Amino acid sequence: MLEKAINGSKVYWGWIAFLLLLMSIGAACYWQQLSHGLTITGMSRDVTWGFYIAQFTFLVGVAASAVMLVIPKYLHNYHKFGKILILGEFNAVAMVILCLLFIVADLGSPQRLMNVLIHPTPNSVLFWDMVVLNGYLLINILVGWVTLESERKQIAPPKWIKFFIYLSIPWAVSIHTVTAFLYCGLPGRGYWLTAVLAARFLASAFAAGPAFLILVTYIAKIFTGFDPGKGVLATLGKTVVYAMCVNLFLLLCEVFTVFYSQIPSHMAHLQYLFVGYHGHGVLVPWMWSAMIMAVVGILILIVPKNREQDNLLIIGCLLIFIGAWIDKGLGMIGGGFVPNPLHEITEYVPSQLELGVSLGIYATGFLVLTILYKVAIGVKQEIE
Amino acid sequence: MKTQRRNFLKIAAMAVLGWGVRPASEILASGGGTASEGLLFASRHKVHVGPNALTASRWAMVIDTAKLNEKVMEDIVHTCHSIHNVPTIPGNQNIKWIWETHMDHLFLEDLHEYQPEAGAKSALALCNHCDNPPCVRVCPTKATFQREDGIVMMDFHRCIGCRYCMAGCPYGSRSFNFMDPRKHLETTNPDFPTRTKGVVEKCEFCAERLAEGKMPACVEVSEGALAFGDLGDPESEVRKLLAERFSIRRSPTLGTKPCVYYLV
Ligand code: SF4
Ligand code: SF4
Ligand code: SF4
Repeated sequence: MLEKAINGSKVYWGWIAFLLLLMSIGAACYWQQLSHGLTITGMSRDVTWGFYIAQFTFLVGVAASAVMLVIPKYLHNYHKFGKILILGEFNAVAMVILCLLFIVADLGSPQRLMNVLIHPTPNSVLFWDMVVLNGYLLINILVGWVTLESERKQIAPPKWIKFFIYLSIPWAVSIHTVTAFLYCGLPGRGYWLTAVLAARFLASAFAAGPAFLILVTYIAKIFTGFDPGKGVLATLGKTVVYAMCVNLFLLLCEVFTVFYSQIPSHMAHLQYLFVGYHGHGVLVPWMWSAMIMAVVGILILIVPKNREQDNLLIIGCLLIFIGAWIDKGLGMIGGGFVPNPLHEITEYVPSQLELGVSLGIYATGFLVLTILYKVAIGVKQEIE
Repeated sequence: MKTQRRNFLKIAAMAVLGWGVRPASEILASGGGTASEGLLFASRHKVHVGPNALTASRWAMVIDTAKLNEKVMEDIVHTCHSIHNVPTIPGNQNIKWIWETHMDHLFLEDLHEYQPEAGAKSALALCNHCDNPPCVRVCPTKATFQREDGIVMMDFHRCIGCRYCMAGCPYGSRSFNFMDPRKHLETTNPDFPTRTKGVVEKCEFCAERLAEGKMPACVEVSEGALAFGDLGDPESEVRKLLAERFSIRRSPTLGTKPCVYYLV
């Protein structure tokens, strides 16, 4: 089936060339990082995780979104999602690859990466995160490929694959839960030390992930004429808006707990993020933009009629996606480190080289995504 | 192969059962003062000692804040950093094993604004060699580990530079080599390794000196402000100081059980 990836139009090849260009920029930046160390980033002794780990955290959520198609289709027999299910699974593959790349990019000594396997350490959540991420990658490659293959041959998928499809549901939940557990449970980091963190991660994932899927399906539609079927994206939009509502609700729970209890070390982070703390507040405008985007996105998408209209659905999904990205891709990690447990304030802003590396990684992920989508949609159009 | 698999299953089962590993291991531990038996799998390493080595069941440090002054603190920091090849790097990607900081940063929750003027304004911060160390708990490679005598050590050659331990340590005791530290060393002590970029490091309670029968360097130059000894021995200097004077530890409510005590 891979041959579908090499028969493409000029636009397709132009896009691939563009991604390759971005990847080489990223590689050049990464070369700088390899030779000079993580000093090329904006991170510091106080803020030891930055843009890379934040992107990983956000993308785990986008990867987990495939489950929002699998559950309706397989547990509720909602067969309309059948047509885009494969897009969800391949999306998960590309996103998990992105996650793994971001983790590797963040390591100070990437040449020793295998130490995690040579000295497996079950008391470290990072060990389990590696297990669940790689597992999810394999499950989605397997399920995506096998179902697509049988679709092409126009036969029913083999029975055994059902097991993996069902397995992918709790597994998707696990990747985001374990990622949240990386942060919660650390003493002295008030912003993360909360039991709703995993729930919040899942809620924002089930908003941002399907929103992303809707957007890329529209893009695929424009370029290939792929038709997901009537009403499918609007239905998926319902998931987006409900999940975002839950996400905002959980955030409000957090705000109440923190400010009603008045415990300074817990209040400090939210103050830093939303109003600034002792005169520091690089993230304040970002966080408010994120909130406004989330609320406007919800207001648009909560109206069923709006979800039926392509333009409004796209705008709503864009707002929610970007809002969730700021919240997790900027605020969650950076805000957790400022102020530090000694109540010293060191702010963090990603450096240009750091953004360059991230750009290259994103381009790699989109290359994988493009190729997989090309194959999937090619097969679908062939059988029609 | 079979035993390997069985071991893996055993470890996995224990991991599932015991996220709060430490308390369980404390119940299982066979007494022995504060030197409780190891974490179930963040294993406590046996200490291999030579003939002259100083040993203890639980090493601890006591810092008399009243005896610290600018000069003593400067000497201490300088001594520790020079013998351990800790580079001086300007900016916030720096390396610190022991450093001077304000009392209210050290003791966030214990001080108030009506403290007597005469009290110490600043004191020294270093790794607390916690009895329940979160840095050991989170490390995915066991590059950070704890010895049976309580010292929390780093294996510079195993560390992958994920900096999870830095997120885990609530005292800011760890530093990461963002850049090549050797370029920032004016002189090098050949008896102690230098580090490379991409690994974490911190104070190791001078484990290398204890092995040779010497006290930690900071204690030696502290003019009596720092004491070091065995918490498990009621006759030790640290136990006597703790019995006589009022002492506090940093953020005790976090449950990390720091083994650096401050006399105030
Ligand atoms: S002070 Fe920090 S680095 Fe030292 S043992 Fe405790 S948690 Fe680990
Ligand atoms: S940075 Fe090194 S010592 Fe710290 S958690 Fe990672 S591997 Fe362990
Ligand atoms: S005990 Fe040794 S390593 Fe630790 S601060 Fe003192 S001199 Fe430095």
